[in-house]
Amino acid sequence: MINMRFLFVFSALMSMFVHSALAGQRLTLTGSSTIAPLVLEIGKRFEQQNVGVRVDVQTGGSSRGISDARTGLADIGMVSRVLHESEADLKAHAIAVDGVSMVLHRDNNIDTLCNDQIRDIYTGKIRNWRELGGADQQITVVNKAEGRSTLELFLAYFGLRNSQIRASVVIGDNQQGIKTIAGNAGAIGYVSIGAAEFVEYEGAPIKRLRMNGIQASTAQVRAGSFPLSRPLNLVTAGEPDELAQRFIRFAQGPDVDDLIESQFFVPLEH
Amino acid sequence: MLMILSKVSSLSRWNIDRTLAPLLRMAGMMCAAVLILIVLFLLREAWPLLGNGGWVNLFSDDGWYPLEGLYGLLPMLAVSLAVMLGAIMLAGPVGLGCALFLQFYAPPGLRKSFRLLLSLLAGMPSVVLGLWGLTVLVPIIALWQPPGPSLLAAIAVLTLMIVPTMALAGAAALSAVPADLVSGAAALGMSAKSRLLYVVIPAARHGILSGVLMSMARALGETMVLLMVSGNVVQYPHGLFDPVRALTANIALEMAYATGTHRAGLFASGLFLTLLVLVLAWLAARSVRYD
Repeated sequence: MINMRFLFVFSALMSMFVHSALAGQRLTLTGSSTIAPLVLEIGKRFEQQNVGVRVDVQTGGSSRGISDARTGLADIGMVSRVLHESEADLKAHAIAVDGVSMVLHRDNNIDTLCNDQIRDIYTGKIRNWRELGGADQQITVVNKAEGRSTLELFLAYFGLRNSQIRASVVIGDNQQGIKTIAGNAGAIGYVSIGAAEFVEYEGAPIKRLRMNGIQASTAQVRAGSFPLSRPLNLVTAGEPDELAQRFIRFAQGPDVDDLIESQFFVPLEH
Repeated sequence: MLMILSKVSSLSRWNIDRTLAPLLRMAGMMCAAVLILIVLFLLREAWPLLGNGGWVNLFSDDGWYPLEGLYGLLPMLAVSLAVMLGAIMLAGPVGLGCALFLQFYAPPGLRKSFRLLLSLLAGMPSVVLGLWGLTVLVPIIALWQPPGPSLLAAIAVLTLMIVPTMALAGAAALSAVPADLVSGAAALGMSAKSRLLYVVIPAARHGILSGVLMSMARALGETMVLLMVSGNVVQYPHGLFDPVRALTANIALEMAYATGTHRAGLFASGLFLTLLVLVLAWLAARSVRYD
């Protein structure tokens, strides 16, 4: 009797294995750690709608995304920047845009800073808001921890190395940054625009700085006019196969806008 | 009858011993093995950075900029120690005071609720204390001495965190002092103050010391509070108001996005932290032995 039951369970398990092996289609994505959490969520939803498909997401940086897409180790690479000229052999499919905004405390009477001023603040040449026409208050420079994509975007845009920056506070995620700036009237920092916009509407005492005269809003990022922003790309070597193509179209579609917004990125226009 | 019974019982005890002893030995060895495995694991993961003489860089590099290949860990090591020592210097006397109050001075009605309060505080999730530090304490310090997140904030919140640990361990140690020692001292005509200072506390010193070491280990390992209130700037602290980064916060701050040698650098931080705790434990064992 026990033997029978065991056999039954065993054969049921075996048939499940065989079944999934036959029906299982696997899609592997590797690359940027900025995009990976988003693609992980999109992948879960894709799996729900396409029974038998497994979406496998691994991080390792945009450069890994490029090389894995080229060698075929991954079906799709994730690259959180514009492709270089040397990467013209790859095809980029943007799924969202990431924008970073400079953020001040609401009580700060400064409304705009030029790039040179921001560079001088971050390298410690300007240490008091008075030097910029503001109140007599020490500047608290809020920087991001190494490895964060916002730091990378910030450094690349202002042409700085992290060791040149004289930070007063180093923070991890956007929320910690916003709390730090909200609690310090002399603070300056940078966070994802989506996150800043959200907490500002919730009433946090922070404000976003204009960059080159352009308002820091998700609308401007979506329109492509905000300077401190970058596309989040899925890349493939040549034309993607049928499954990869289906996934890319799904990730670009309106069905995942809520996932993109929940990660504080900006969805594309559909 | 008696003979038989005793014979049986001695035989059975023998049997139990025979099976129990290896089991216990195995459990003990497993504990030791886990520690060794942890150290080996940390060594293996940190090896890309430590190997080929790379470990020298951990001491000689000027700063911690993994993306630029600089992996100087010493400032963070110093900060971990400074925060721990600062917190224990404040929490030690306060905690011991709480323990003495609880054990000898609190009225019976208050004693129970005070003990409950301490237990609740000891079990307070550190992230809650950290959040309080970030949203209340740090802005206050920022008004006084900007930027606010600082060595001082870290020491203050950590002190709050380990005072209850210290107090409960101290109270347990004090309650273990035999009552006849205390009444003997009273019978000799010693005042309450001298009884505590010269009889009770010396008799409870081992328990108190282990409470101090427990608190120190807790302060050394604390991550969330430091991440939130210390500012996380990698530098030697030149004053109480400087923002600093400890080894634990370093790992938590950068682990999520670290790859390659950067990741190895974080495991090296973990290795240092483990070694620090081991040194602490060794000192504890030594101080008890030579006492």
